[in-house]
Amino acid sequence: MKILTCIKQVPASSNVDVDPETGVLIRDGKNVKMNPYDLYALETAYLLKARSGAHVHTVTMGPPSAADVLREALMMGSDGATLLSDPRFAGADVLATAYALSQMLRRIGFDLIICGKQTTDGDTAQVGPEIAEFLDVPHVSYVRDVDLRDDKTLRIRTVDDRHEDVLDIKLPCLITVDKDANTPRLPSFKRKRSTRDIRIETWTLDDLSDKEATHYGLRGSPTQVESIFPPERQATGRIHSNLENPGKTLFDILVEQKWLRGD
Amino acid sequence: MAYIKIRQEKVDKKTVEELKEICPFDAFDYIDAYLSINAACKMCKLCVQKGPEGVCELIEGTPASIDKGAYRGIAVFIETRNDTIHPVGWELIGKARELVADTTNPVHALIIGPSTARAAELALAYGVDKVTAYEHEDYRYHDLERITDIVADFCKRTRLNVLLIGGTPYGRSLAPRIAARLKTGLTADCTKLEMTDEGDLVQIRPAFGGNIMARIVTPAHRPQLATIRHKMFNAPAPATPFGVIDRLSEAAGKQRDRVRLVSTRVRPQVDDIADAETIIALGRAFKKKKDLALVEPLRKALSAELACTRPLIENGWFDARRQIGLSGRTVKPKLLVNIGISGAVQYIEGIRDAECILTVNTDPECALASISHHTIVGDLYDVLPTLNDHLKKNGRVPS
Ligand SMILES: Cc1cc2nc3c(=O)[nH]c(=O)nc-3n(C[C@H](O)[C@H](O)[C@H](O)COP(=O)(O)OP(=O)(O)OC[C@H]3O[C@@H](n4cnc5c(N)ncnc54)[C@H](O)[C@@H]3O)c2cc1C
Ligand SMILES: Nc1ncnc2c1ncn2[C@@H]1O[C@H](COP(=O)(O)O)[C@@H](O)[C@H]1O
Repeated sequence: MKILTCIKQVPASSNVDVDPETGVLIRDGKNVKMNPYDLYALETAYLLKARSGAHVHTVTMGPPSAADVLREALMMGSDGATLLSDPRFAGADVLATAYALSQMLRRIGFDLIICGKQTTDGDTAQVGPEIAEFLDVPHVSYVRDVDLRDDKTLRIRTVDDRHEDVLDIKLPCLITVDKDANTPRLPSFKRKRSTRDIRIETWTLDDLSDKEATHYGLRGSPTQVESIFPPERQATGRIHSNLENPGKTLFDILVEQKWLRGD
Repeated sequence: MAYIKIRQEKVDKKTVEELKEICPFDAFDYIDAYLSINAACKMCKLCVQKGPEGVCELIEGTPASIDKGAYRGIAVFIETRNDTIHPVGWELIGKARELVADTTNPVHALIIGPSTARAAELALAYGVDKVTAYEHEDYRYHDLERITDIVADFCKRTRLNVLLIGGTPYGRSLAPRIAARLKTGLTADCTKLEMTDEGDLVQIRPAFGGNIMARIVTPAHRPQLATIRHKMFNAPAPATPFGVIDRLSEAAGKQRDRVRLVSTRVRPQVDDIADAETIIALGRAFKKKKDLALVEPLRKALSAELACTRPLIENGWFDARRQIGLSGRTVKPKLLVNIGISGAVQYIEGIRDAECILTVNTDPECALASISHHTIVGDLYDVLPTLNDHLKKNGRVPS
């Protein structure tokens, strides 16, 4: 069985802010890390690999530096990795991202694709299901457990607010894995050495079967960011500072406003 | 469509540095004296607007070539499973009515399932012009591919302008399939929607994982798709229906049998903070799980529900259903007490409709202070113990 896992490199801190005067984004360093939700996707793949001897190949689309997260995945348990990187992918929205990834995944070949539930920067949870649609395979989102039922079917458990469902899904298919589905492993030093020689191939648009550049990046993106702006903040209330006894002040406010009875 | 062009002749070390400083996404590469933009670019255009004069230029491509007038109406997808109907649909009908106000555009409700009668009646009462009910015993909730067939067909047939889907786990799984099928845009978890006279849907949401809002449009594709979380908008009051029901009982879409439900269990409802009248929300300022007990006297005195920010969920201190915010619950309590929470946009999106907001924070400049009715500047490890003493003294804590 061949499992492909999709991971993404995201900013390590979510503290991107806007200077209200100039409108310029203020970054908190340039640190990046693997999208934390993708760790559960990787672990799900490694657990299946341990049970069924699957081959796990990990891919990402991003700038050249995104190769770092692929290296990390190799150190955790992936057998191979490919980076999709091309300036012509710049400005890709969900549709253009999912389309580019689907082109790549189809060419590599798969029985099962595993995505994270969502990213911490895009936060759409849409890329996985869109990939499934482009590849014309079924998908199930927010998966908690997965096992092979037979060599053509996965048995899956999902949980949402109201239901806990057990589903059978035919291979080839795509799943997105919920947070807390498992306990992700850490990169291992032993694997760091044993995977040192694995070459991470970089693909560009020219490696995809659809080479029409207007289908990718900004030009292939139906949605456009028209503008960005800081969230409105209007002062509405009172700020009680330099208090002798702030606990007492809170108590008094609660009483005064009748949330609490005084005695 | 637009792209950013770099005038290489104007590039030097200094401009490169400036641009790298401005770009929040680290999208500039300067290799062999050639400046290029890599795939990390999000087209925020800050380099064009704030960068060194004339280096980055926005090249506007050919304008959208679709006839926007040919696409009309807003459809709301109503999520039904067995006998339950997700109420987010009613909220979206209310929003859709606002968006089409002053136009002749219709609001549709789209219902697909083995039985649609009750949902159809309710949708009419919430004020749609037309219910299209696809009813067939073979329609399965989990068969997203078939549902996609049906919705996509509906969108094409009616030349639909906008499709709104609830940002529930189900909606977030279905909507992207529909968007990819129709090769159109989809904006997740919008917090505000507006409509231009040309029929462009302006979708506003927090973006780039930070304290920034983005206005997103879909200028050249129809329908325009958006998901919206439960309780983001208000459901209208049910009224005398004026719309019609179109019931389609012929099997539509393709049966593929690739996903099959084996068994299902209804999860017990935990006290849902979404409906709580009094909430105490706790943030990252709590250093240890044990310290959460400090709020226990206040919780009892107010009969409040406890809720929290995302970092505490990540610590595993609370059930995920107690998270407030964009990726958690939207709450509408009468009283909300925030303790040790900064007020990131994603959090604030979840508390917009709280009637009275009290905040305890060491930082008088925290974002929450600007939307709170009262902000107590103080250390929770000092505030809570004294508060607890007062509560006890006044006999407000049941022992
Ligand atoms: C895509 C995306 C979606 C997200 N969705 C959500 C969501 O739904 N809900 C959510 O909550 N977050 C969400 N987040 C995370 C969000 O951006 C913030 O990181 C998070 O809300 C911060 O939580 P906090 O306020 O508890 O922590 P912090 O931001 O660390 O704030 C802690 C606050 O406590 C104060 N403090 C520190 N010590 C004390 C003390 N001793 N006494 C009193 N005050 C003290 C500090 O001054 C500070 O203001 C999301 C992020 C992303 C990127
Ligand atoms: N650029 C990317 N490269 C590889 N996988 C991605 C990329 N973007 C998103 N994904 C996958 O899609 C999931 C959902 O992402 P999102 O829709 O951005 O929330 C992630 O957890 C990844 O598994």
